[in-house]
Amino acid sequence: MAKRSAPEVNAGSMADIAFLLLIFFLVTTTIEVDSGIQSKLPPPVPDEVEPPPIKQKNIFQVLVNQNNQLLVEDELMEIKDLTEAAVAFLDNGGGEGPAACAYCRGDRDPASSDNPDKAVISLVNDRQATYNMYVTVYNELVRAYTILRNREAELRYNETFEKMYMRYKEWPETEKETPEYEKLGKQVDEIRDLYPLKLSEAEPQEG
Amino acid sequence: MSKFKKQKSGDLPAISTASLPDIVFMLLFFFMVATVMREDELMIENRLPTANQVEKLESKNKLIYIYIGKPSPQYQKTFGTTDVIQLGDKISSVSEVQTYVNTKRNAMPEDIQDEMMVSLKVDSSSKVGQLTDVKQELRDAMALKINYTAKKGDPMRNVKQ
Repeated sequence: MAKRSAPEVNAGSMADIAFLLLIFFLVTTTIEVDSGIQSKLPPPVPDEVEPPPIKQKNIFQVLVNQNNQLLVEDELMEIKDLTEAAVAFLDNGGGEGPAACAYCRGDRDPASSDNPDKAVISLVNDRQATYNMYVTVYNELVRAYTILRNREAELRYNETFEKMYMRYKEWPETEKETPEYEKLGKQVDEIRDLYPLKLSEAEPQEG
Repeated sequence: MSKFKKQKSGDLPAISTASLPDIVFMLLFFFMVATVMREDELMIENRLPTANQVEKLESKNKLIYIYIGKPSPQYQKTFGTTDVIQLGDKISSVSEVQTYVNTKRNAMPEDIQDEMMVSLKVDSSSKVGQLTDVKQELRDAMALKINYTAKKGDPMRNVKQ
């Protein structure tokens, strides 16, 4: 029998079908943003409870006004200097006696915070401030804590806190019973306790 | 000369388009893998800010989304041009936040109800006022784990004009 080549299939319309599907997916789906700044709200407090007293020197006052200007400890500040100022405040370690801080490496200025456990950053923003500014300020303050935690983790365990935490979070589900996992968890908690994130948001002021 | 002319005068051979579907299918698969179905139809503007201290969000079934922003142009006649809150796929008022969160929480399986997290998707140009009201409502609803959803990137891009 004579050899006959198979007739060519016309695939021209296949592209059209594929395009239709493609366009359908383009329209109905979104690329999800799956990251964000974690935060915890304080639980609602009953009215009659008095807030615990905090020494004025342990508070780092950050204000954002309606013109998106930043007022830190009663002084105008550029946002790029905020992290540095927050680090200096948290790491000051000016306390004496039981409030002393052995691992702080700040100036030990008696007028600034006693130790990172006592230090509180208070963020007050005007209602008219933009969300852009708010997120940026919040981000910079969280970064101050991250810098300090990284430094401490690097000293103790030769690894940045961010990497340790990432490892901890992405530990395979099947190996969570191992002692290594528990050890890492303890280390993460330890670093976190050395520099606990104390960021208080007071009620914003009417603008 | 005429010999050559004859050869050239023939029809152009058809260009094979057989590989075109392959290319389009490749694109299609990329989009199918990289994207997710739209959860809520957004009725507001929602450009998220950038930040570099971000963490990965919890898995989707533990998340509740709240959007804040200006209504998009086609809704500005009905809802004005000031910031509004969108819950699910409709624009709501602040007082509805608690009910919404509680309904969503009750719809979750019981063992993950404690791990529920609220993802706040706030337009970067909106004001903080609405957000504060929402946060106050969330406190009252005992939904304390929140997340300012943001893109990964340099936060200084937010403030640059």
